Amino acid sequence: MTDPKRRRLLKAGGALLAAGSLPLSLVELAFGKDRREHFSFAYLSDSHITHVRGREFVRNWDRGLIRAVAESNLLDPRPDFIFYGGDIAQLGKPEEIDHGLEILSALRGEVHHVMGEHDYYLDLGEHWRKRLGPDHYSFDHKGVHFVVLNSILTFDDWTYHRWSSAAERMHQMARLDNPQGSPFMVGESQRAWLKKDLDTVSHDTPVVVFSHSPLQKIYKGWNFWTDDAEQVQALLQPFDKVTVLYGHVHQIQYNQIGNISFHAAMATAWPWPYPSSYRQQAAYLPKLTVNMNRADPFFERDATGWQFIDLDSGKVDVHYLLPGNRNRVVAWDGKAGHPVDTRYQAEADRIPPQTHY
Amino acid sequence: MGNRNRTNRFTGLMIMACAGLAAPALADEFTQEDLQRWQQEYRTVVDRGEKLFHGGLPSRNTVSCDQCHPNAANTHPETYPKFQQQLGRVAALRDMINWCIRNPLESEPLAADDPRMNALEAYITQERRGVALAPGKH
Repeated sequence: MTDPKRRRLLKAGGALLAAGSLPLSLVELAFGKDRREHFSFAYLSDSHITHVRGREFVRNWDRGLIRAVAESNLLDPRPDFIFYGGDIAQLGKPEEIDHGLEILSALRGEVHHVMGEHDYYLDLGEHWRKRLGPDHYSFDHKGVHFVVLNSILTFDDWTYHRWSSAAERMHQMARLDNPQGSPFMVGESQRAWLKKDLDTVSHDTPVVVFSHSPLQKIYKGWNFWTDDAEQVQALLQPFDKVTVLYGHVHQIQYNQIGNISFHAAMATAWPWPYPSSYRQQAAYLPKLTVNMNRADPFFERDATGWQFIDLDSGKVDVHYLLPGNRNRVVAWDGKAGHPVDTRYQAEADRIPPQTHY
Repeated sequence: MGNRNRTNRFTGLMIMACAGLAAPALADEFTQEDLQRWQQEYRTVVDRGEKLFHGGLPSRNTVSCDQCHPNAANTHPETYPKFQQQLGRVAALRDMINWCIRNPLESEPLAADDPRMNALEAYITQERRGVALAPGKH
């Protein structure tokens, strides 16, 4: 709290919170090899820009992304870059991707993108890659190794041989609760690439991995799931400080598996129920997670939000700023060895809106 | 009156018998086949509701119910009627279905006796089967 940059960030966060909601995540990394090289980045995800007809797009989803962009431009200090966590489009149409990118073009700063299934299953990512480049890559920034994965691939049989048209394939994958769906996976060739990429990184280098789907298994029925999550986790476990940030689930989730901390980003578009509230199937939401408040549908941007993260000593503290709701902080607890919500973690401290049923 | 009723009933049974229908002899008797047929009729409406819920409604902006409510989760049919604080009154499930059709879907609400409303309620309730009734619960 003595770092003036951090104070400015908190001040900015407080001012923005007072101004309303921020459906984006600002991530502050304070764990670079050189502690003077604190930096932050913003994190937006899951806008699901939807083409209606002609030049018309679904207003509600447009508004979420427009607001996220406008408010991330107010951040002080400026984030070093912005991450977009995937599902810029709803049905993978070029006009949806282009419209989303047009809104994002107002962002001040460099943007890194993660592929979501809604961006992929119409043309298998062709237009997305044409506009944004490769779907998996890594880079180093101020002593931190960043890795981006395309985690929304699936079995070749489902992708190439099941459907009569590309549009049908996209519609099938776009339905979250589809009994004819197929589990997400990073896949063998990308895992081989990841292994090779990480071979050159020393184990004391902080590693931050971005994926669209959670690289952990929560609920297969809605693809809150990556089928080869354990194999990817095994490649990450040798590192001292690993964080996986993902989108897709449109809700607060956090977890700790070995050395790996997991955090989900909020969507700019709409929230999703916790899988445990679907009573016909079992789900595996991390027990650590204290749920976000139940959404008030009458307030369009409710249960969207933003977070910034600082990683003192390489461990994650997540600051959630939530529209119309009290701020949340999920901080690393060294004694417990996992993140805890600083206000709500104990059962007795939780509030009624956090009960989802 | 009694004689006349009996005569009518007898005539009715004769007509059904002549038509070759497997009608029960008494109104309160039903067979295994009846139960199966009634279940099938119910399933047909649930399936129709599932399709309406997943993009089958004439949504002006293409948004569908399942986008926010996969498997109809977070609809809580067992809690209605209940005080809907945003409306300031006690609401039925179908009031909220129409609220969603008007707002996120930007479309025309359904009449209360529209068969599509029954189908949506059937699907939503089927996905919530086994959960105890809790009217009024928030």
